[in-house]
Amino acid sequence: MTEDLLYSGTDWNFQIIRNCYDAIEEIAEKELGLDVFSNRIEIITSEQMLDVYTSSGMPLGYRHWSYGKRFVSHENAYRKGLMGLAYEVVINSDPCISYLMEENTATMQALVIAHAAFGHNHFFKNNRLFQEWTEPSQILNYLEFARGYIARCEEIHGVRAVERVLDAAHALQGQGVHRHSGTRRVDLRAEQERARERRAWEDQSYNDLWRTLPLSAEESSGGTNPADLSARRQLGLPEENILYFLEKHGPRLASWEREIIRIVRLIAQYFHPQPQLKLMNEGCATWVHDEIMSCLHKKGKIDDAAFMEALHSTSNVINQPGFDQGSASFNPYALGFAIMKDIARIATAPSEEDRLWFPDIAGNNQPLETLRHAWAEYRDESFIRQFLSPKVIRDFRMFRLEDDAAQSYFLVDAIHDDAGYRDIRRVLADSYDPSNWSVGLEIVHADMQGSRTLHLEHRTSSGRLLHDKDAALTLSALADLWGYQVSLKEVDMESGATLGLRESSPE
Amino acid sequence: MDIIDRRSNPHGKNMENRRRALERARSAVQQAVRDAVSQGKIRQVGEGNSVSIPADALHEPTFHVVFTSGIRHLVLSGNKEFVKGDRLRRPPSGGGKGDSGQGEAGDEGGGEDSYRFLLNRDEFLDLFFGDLELPDLVKREILTTDSTSPSRAGLSSDGSPSQLDLARTMRYSMARRIGLGRPKSAELLEVEARIQELESKESLTDIALDELSGLQEQRIRLRQRMTRIPWVDPVDLRFRRYAQVPKPSTRAVMFCIMDVSGSMTERMKDLAKQFFLLLHIFLEKRYTRVDLVFIRHAESAEEVDEETFFNDPRTGGTVVSSALEEVIKVQKARYPAQQWNIYVAQASDGDNSLSDTSRTADLLENGILPVVQYYAYIEVTGSGAIIRGETDLWRSYGTVASRCPRLAMRRVSDRREIFPVFRDLFSPRENAGGGVMS
Repeated sequence: MTEDLLYSGTDWNFQIIRNCYDAIEEIAEKELGLDVFSNRIEIITSEQMLDVYTSSGMPLGYRHWSYGKRFVSHENAYRKGLMGLAYEVVINSDPCISYLMEENTATMQALVIAHAAFGHNHFFKNNRLFQEWTEPSQILNYLEFARGYIARCEEIHGVRAVERVLDAAHALQGQGVHRHSGTRRVDLRAEQERARERRAWEDQSYNDLWRTLPLSAEESSGGTNPADLSARRQLGLPEENILYFLEKHGPRLASWEREIIRIVRLIAQYFHPQPQLKLMNEGCATWVHDEIMSCLHKKGKIDDAAFMEALHSTSNVINQPGFDQGSASFNPYALGFAIMKDIARIATAPSEEDRLWFPDIAGNNQPLETLRHAWAEYRDESFIRQFLSPKVIRDFRMFRLEDDAAQSYFLVDAIHDDAGYRDIRRVLADSYDPSNWSVGLEIVHADMQGSRTLHLEHRTSSGRLLHDKDAALTLSALADLWGYQVSLKEVDMESGATLGLRESSPE
Repeated sequence: MDIIDRRSNPHGKNMENRRRALERARSAVQQAVRDAVSQGKIRQVGEGNSVSIPADALHEPTFHVVFTSGIRHLVLSGNKEFVKGDRLRRPPSGGGKGDSGQGEAGDEGGGEDSYRFLLNRDEFLDLFFGDLELPDLVKREILTTDSTSPSRAGLSSDGSPSQLDLARTMRYSMARRIGLGRPKSAELLEVEARIQELESKESLTDIALDELSGLQEQRIRLRQRMTRIPWVDPVDLRFRRYAQVPKPSTRAVMFCIMDVSGSMTERMKDLAKQFFLLLHIFLEKRYTRVDLVFIRHAESAEEVDEETFFNDPRTGGTVVSSALEEVIKVQKARYPAQQWNIYVAQASDGDNSLSDTSRTADLLENGILPVVQYYAYIEVTGSGAIIRGETDLWRSYGTVASRCPRLAMRRVSDRREIFPVFRDLFSPRENAGGGVMS
């Protein structure tokens, strides 16, 4: 059998990687039926891995001090040994780029190819949320455009001026997505064209003569935005996407500043689905690599030592420390993997309980179809709500706490028993619901006729107010971009009572 | 599938971002650097260091919600013993610690209370010395040294081919071609095509024959003109011209004088050495053409090299004037005042043999001060300094200083004071107009 082995020992070379890739591809396509973007595998050093971390996995990004800060903290953690580097990083792009660390052993390279180039890749390509929100074929081009555009702005307007806009736009990044409207996917290539055309038009239509005309009273008092004259409804209020609103209606912004805000907004949008899909994405990739490595071993393509190493690595990744071991949240790899394993089990060897809980999939003997359907159609929140089974709840020994701030204790109000399964599942699913962690902030009114004050509303309840100091800083960043006074009212969702009011004026 | 080996790609992608982060936190980092120096050993200043700054300086605010009151539920794992209805003591730090639930504790959460920067030597020194200047570095004489540097100086009509300015050459060429009316090759081709067309016909009418001969004449004319007026003529050629510009440079010399006599305790010598070390690094960093002369003295003075000056112990009595004589001797021999800017820094405990003090003041006022730009005297004092009051040397120097502003005097009694005193001596003066740096 040894002549069938893809490699032996720990060293790898490019031929081994290629052979592994081919063997894995065969399994992924023929046996697991995965559908992936074409792959590109890049080998990088640990230093380059730190760079990749800094830019959220992207191979390029515009220059900004915040990336320097991230780089320094990653670098320090790494140098002190607090943080190990990931074995791989994968980018949702087409072709799908996987970065592999040069330090990995041959087994680890095979494992991360299965994990990233097939597991994550399949998920990126097929999950509905990714399909709706991101444009994988164009993201790299767009990032390149963004980098070039911002560098040019720095040349023309100075680093300080650009930094001011970027700082403020970054602060409002969380408010840069149209969560609820239909327009999601943006044609990023058309974006570059649009910016180019706009610039070309400005260059063509520039006539120095106009500069010599005396300003009208209206113009000299502020902006020349046509929105000045339009009614509130024309502003499209209320608007949750603050960056979008600034870009379209900010009275004092120059066109390049609008473009920068747009760049920050579109990149934020690209990353928008990721936190909603972390659990499923990692679960899917782990499940796929686990399956593929077992399959390679079964076929005699890797030896026992390599398979043990793969198992060891997998079990490290899916380790879930208990609440008393300092872990207040679930390891997405562990929970995602466990639920997916469980789905496969329910489909092939269901118990009575499973038939009761999952009548539509129990015993259908189609584990792959069931999983692929789940990977495509769900996000973390709905996935847990739908598929978290009593068995996984028991395996993780989950329990629910009631945290009443008025009490000096936490109350255990559900554990892994018949009475508690549904409560636990509902609350766990809620905690993955983005509406639970994002801030419900809206622009409700902009007084374009008078003082040009921008009015924002945060709909919340009395115990959940904005972080005081951060809110003040962010609001002043907003005021800086808006150019006039900004006010933010915190309103109780149910009673409509005002819970707090902040104001900020540009400096 | 492609496999790409990126390992040899250019490294340091984030260096610019890191530099910007450093720039943004500049004042905080600067404070941290100075704290580090005042606590640590200065000998290591030049080697770069790591400093921690508070996270505030690089904070990125966002809108986010904090849970303070009301009821919320959490699901945790790893239940071993609880049953429904159990109560858990709230952890002491607990309460509204978690921001808005789970799921996002990763990136922003832990470890953001301070940032560590590993600074290299240049960054460290840049931050450390920040805004300091060498006082009154008046350019006495610009020496045309051997070093010159090429500098763009317009265009010339001859030069080496590698310096050909293609765009300009072609511009001239085009202007000349238009001006002299060189026929375009398209024009010639058109005529030739027509001729060929006519010639290929078997029989030609008279009109066509006339046209043909006319065209043939035109063809000859065009060809002649094209050969007479070349595409690119030597008169079109333009070359970038470089002129060798001599680099002006000012020369400066710094004399460092230190008392190493018996009355200087190790601690005091240490203070003095720290002062000179700062000075040394500062000068090394800021000026490329500064000579340093190290003179140490007890009852007699000698010029020593840097290593001996800082590291070699020696004791004895104190005759300050011997050091000043040494300064004058070295200055006369090697550093003529017309060509050099001369600075002197002296560190002493203020002790001097009684008979020598007036001679020292005299040497200082008449021998040294007339030729120097700046004379900094620091007096290091022991812990009992307050009781001792003014020393002889201090008093006599004080008299001189009142007549001559080029003499600056400061006292240092503690390690922490070194840097403030140093800054004080070398912070830019309002009236330092005309100062020129090399």
